[in-house]
Amino acid sequence: MSQVKKSRSQKETIKKVLLYMKKYLVFLVLSLLFAVATVFATLYVPVLTGDAIDWILGPGKVDFSHIFSILIQIGVVIGITALAQWLMNVCNNKITYGVVRDIRNDAFAKIQTLPLKYIDGHSHGELVSRVVADVDQFADGLLMGFTQFFTGVLTILGTLGFMLSIHPGITLVVVLITPVSLFVASFIAKRTYQMFRRQSETRGEQTALIDEMIEHQKVVQAFGQEEKVQERFDEINQRLYRFSLQATFFSSITNPSTRFVNGLVYTGVGVAGGLAAIRGMISVGQLSCFLSYANQYTKPFNEISGVVTELQNALACAGRVLELIEEEPQISDENGEVLSQAKGNVALSHVSFSYDPEQKLIEDFNLQVEPGQRVAIVGPTGCGKTTLINLLMRFYDIDSGAICVEGKDIRQITRQSLRENYGMVLQETWLKAGTIRENLVMGKPDVSWEEMIEAAKAAHAHSFIKRLPQGYDTVIGEDGGSLSQGQKQLLCIARVMLCLPPMLILDEATSSIDTRTEMKIQNAFAAMMKGRTSFIVAHRLSTIRSADVILFMKDGTVKEQGSHDELIARNGLYAQLYYSQFSQ
Amino acid sequence: MKKLLIYLKNYKKESVLAPLFKMLEASFELLVPLVVAAMIDVGITNQDKPYIVRMSLIMVALGVIGLVCSITAQYFSAKAAVGFATKLRHGLFAHVQTLSFSEVDEIGTSTLITRMTSDINQVQSGVNLVLRLFLRSPFIVFGAMVMAFTIDLKAALIFVVTIPLLSIVVFGIMLVSIPLYKKVQERLDKVLGITRENLTGVRVIRAFHREEEEELRFGESNRSLTAMQNFVGRITAFMNPVTYVIINGALIVLLYTGALQVDAGILTQGEVVALVNYMSQILVELIKLANLIITVTKAVACGNRIQSVFEVQNSQQLREIDPENRYKEQESNFTPPTQEQVPVIEFRHVSLTYQNAGDKSLQDITFQAHRGETIGIIGGTGSGKTTLVNLIPRFYDATEGQVLIHGKNVKEYSISSLRKKIGIVLQKAVLFRGTIRENLLWGKEDADEGELKEALTIAQAIEVVEGKEDGLDANVSQGGRNFSGGQRQRLTIARALVRKPEILILDDSASALDYATDARLRSAIREMKERPVVFVVSQRTSSIRYADKIIVLEDGEAAGIGTHDELLKTCQVYREIYESQYQKEQQAGGV
Repeated sequence: MSQVKKSRSQKETIKKVLLYMKKYLVFLVLSLLFAVATVFATLYVPVLTGDAIDWILGPGKVDFSHIFSILIQIGVVIGITALAQWLMNVCNNKITYGVVRDIRNDAFAKIQTLPLKYIDGHSHGELVSRVVADVDQFADGLLMGFTQFFTGVLTILGTLGFMLSIHPGITLVVVLITPVSLFVASFIAKRTYQMFRRQSETRGEQTALIDEMIEHQKVVQAFGQEEKVQERFDEINQRLYRFSLQATFFSSITNPSTRFVNGLVYTGVGVAGGLAAIRGMISVGQLSCFLSYANQYTKPFNEISGVVTELQNALACAGRVLELIEEEPQISDENGEVLSQAKGNVALSHVSFSYDPEQKLIEDFNLQVEPGQRVAIVGPTGCGKTTLINLLMRFYDIDSGAICVEGKDIRQITRQSLRENYGMVLQETWLKAGTIRENLVMGKPDVSWEEMIEAAKAAHAHSFIKRLPQGYDTVIGEDGGSLSQGQKQLLCIARVMLCLPPMLILDEATSSIDTRTEMKIQNAFAAMMKGRTSFIVAHRLSTIRSADVILFMKDGTVKEQGSHDELIARNGLYAQLYYSQFSQ
Repeated sequence: MKKLLIYLKNYKKESVLAPLFKMLEASFELLVPLVVAAMIDVGITNQDKPYIVRMSLIMVALGVIGLVCSITAQYFSAKAAVGFATKLRHGLFAHVQTLSFSEVDEIGTSTLITRMTSDINQVQSGVNLVLRLFLRSPFIVFGAMVMAFTIDLKAALIFVVTIPLLSIVVFGIMLVSIPLYKKVQERLDKVLGITRENLTGVRVIRAFHREEEEELRFGESNRSLTAMQNFVGRITAFMNPVTYVIINGALIVLLYTGALQVDAGILTQGEVVALVNYMSQILVELIKLANLIITVTKAVACGNRIQSVFEVQNSQQLREIDPENRYKEQESNFTPPTQEQVPVIEFRHVSLTYQNAGDKSLQDITFQAHRGETIGIIGGTGSGKTTLVNLIPRFYDATEGQVLIHGKNVKEYSISSLRKKIGIVLQKAVLFRGTIRENLLWGKEDADEGELKEALTIAQAIEVVEGKEDGLDANVSQGGRNFSGGQRQRLTIARALVRKPEILILDDSASALDYATDARLRSAIREMKERPVVFVVSQRTSSIRYADKIIVLEDGEAAGIGTHDELLKTCQVYREIYESQYQKEQQAGGV
């Protein structure tokens, strides 16, 4: 979260948002039409009312027949206004929520194509806050913008027309003073944009903290850190308070300020009109009419400037989401070949890689794996085993050298087809919220019920699934919910057993499973690995011993490479590790 | 929602002043037409130009005063609203921290995040708007009605009918839409949940190439959110047109009545104009009010969601109820017993049934652990190993039986003093954003460099730190993702050791360690000066083989308690576990 942010200009953001709106052009046009109908009908009612009043002159001088026909007209106009208003609102909702939905979908789609480096390097809470909270705020601003902006602008145009028809000179006074109001509004808006941005950044920071602390509340409680965490939370909260107060207060100055300018307009009309009336250029009736229209004309300016501040906030939020959407995706593999049913020939030549350019990790790494071979990766913790898997699966791209499957550089192959050829069980189990079944058939959605149960049985997951309240249809919560780590791992194994790709990656696949169960799974594992190239990170020597090639890794490089017997004979690091297994 | 208002407590002054200044502003606004009237009646009629200029200066003055009042009101209301939200967030976060994690699990992490962020934001805008407009609008509405009475009783009755009618419509729509907004928020939670899940599970999703399906799933959930939003929007969209129809309907009646009254000589033409003006003043305010009500409706729905979190109470009985004091308690009430005969930990017929679970997860467990002893806990997946150790720091409370520390029920200790005695290393190794040092200091706030190094050495993590350029101040990213699983695990062990706990719980926490490191770790702990009671939860017999006491769990029951050699003879389950591993090791190592 520390990298320099490209400061998006507002203009770019607006342009993007307009592009999103293009799809809803029909509704936009309809909304505009209804707005026109609403405004003109609304402006027409006072005219009719005035007419009616003109027929009410005094005792005995009331023309009821005219009044009746006018009252009926008013009724009709009201009906039209109400209908147009409702339809306009419906259209605006459609546009707003549609745009928001599209933006969310795009943001989510982007998450699917972002390089893992980006996702690993950003706090999840902050990303989530962009997709959810920011977009929500944006929706609010946009909706308000629509409902008030259109009608506001139209009301201004409408009243301007009416005023011109009465007296162009005084209208000029109005038109000349009004820009001051716009100037004030835009001056404040520019200042507050930054404040809103700071507010929304601090919100992101806070969301990240909440995410981290709630997710790992157990650790927080175990170490009695509640108070400390609360302090950190409060520190951010205090900052958020300051920024929010600034943003809220300064943006809310817009309204009174423009209202004040409008008061000046009103006064200006009063003076000019009054003087004109003295010279007999307009009647008193026309003046009062003028004053009421001047009011009509300036009110929307209030609303529009209110909307402008709301839009500021909305744009700041939209900017953050769009930043995510425009983030560089992983290198496209559109022209990549499709790797169909690999035999399992994997070659790494002169591979170098590091997460951080300043800290070298894997350097000049060579390895040749024949189809069906079992490669065990051993070494002290933190030696780069997991990194190797990241590279094989192409979660990260290597810096130099090449990784080839079936002689083809994996950068020339589509990611999908590469990954389809690997079955992966990681130490860190991940399950999605949904039913057990949905989780199991993840790799092969069209599998039959029987096949699924068979795989679950092979992974020895069937017996515990059966005991769950709804069996395979039991819904498990976020990240496996109440299942134990071991149960989750069994599900992950069953998940892979169901699709059986030609190559396997098992990263401590059984670390959380008790040994008795593990032993029972071993047969299934053995059957699964038969004829399949497999990469196994394990600490159980039985697994390691049976491997064709053992890579002993340390500090990111392969220190020793060979079969168990060869390495024991060499009496090097591997042999040392091997014998230490029984040491106390 | 109502209960949340106590968080406005500290902003009483602001919450009173904001609407007050707003009303002042409104009053000045109401004076302007009078000045204009004077301008027309006196200035124009008498052809008095200086008078017109004077009046216009008065109008400007009124405008300035209005501006000052209004800005003051905005400031107070912003301060109250933002302050309220800040306090509320503080309170909510503090409350969530007091919940036990079975409750947090039940509510769900993602919904907690929405409630703490976007829900509170909504409530904040709601409060802000209410302070600014809620008094002003009714003030003008009723003000207009009162004015109408001063003009004509019969015409005023139209106002009397119209205003309640409007209230019914406005509040009716509000009542209908509040529960619907709640549904919108629920669907938003779902969208959030999927987003979060896709971030945490990004590797698996890509490995199985589920990107498109996930997009579809997200799209579906997003679509249902949008549909709901549109549905609610359609209902609230009625507000403006319906109120418009009512007001203008009243206007028609007013004109007709006015015409009759004028015809009868009761009213003048000018008075009819005044009445019409009051009616339109109400209309203008109502439009504002309607927008306000939409925001308030949302805010109330969000507020209720927040309140529902407050209503979730920690199900465990804590000795102190006041959460603010719960961590502050001094360690005055412990008796550090030196007598060897009192076991450090004792379980007496302990059983535990999880909430909403049918079967007991632990049943009738009884054992004692004395100073310096190592207790191994072994058993199959889901046999209750973790549950058992979770009872010691009171992550859960036993539903039957007692857990005693130094002869005293754990429930009699304050949570903070209890947990200070215990160092826990959880199955899932979690580090927090910050530096290694900051993470370690969680174990003991005032630990010095030497203590940290010592803990790191025992935890076999010293080389992790030494391998980093910044040593102890090396950066840790969220969840510790810039460390490997094994490194994380050793650092979490070090974190637990820093506090020199009386009881150390290693909950399967060596699973990512290779055998050699695991073995070195165990022997280092054995050699500690003040050896804690160590609980080792593991599936490897090699990890617990030399424990003083091994508890073998099977389906929540103790299948055997004893030393390795005893259990080999007496406990069939243990023998099976051991043989499953021993055999393999035999085959593997031939030793």
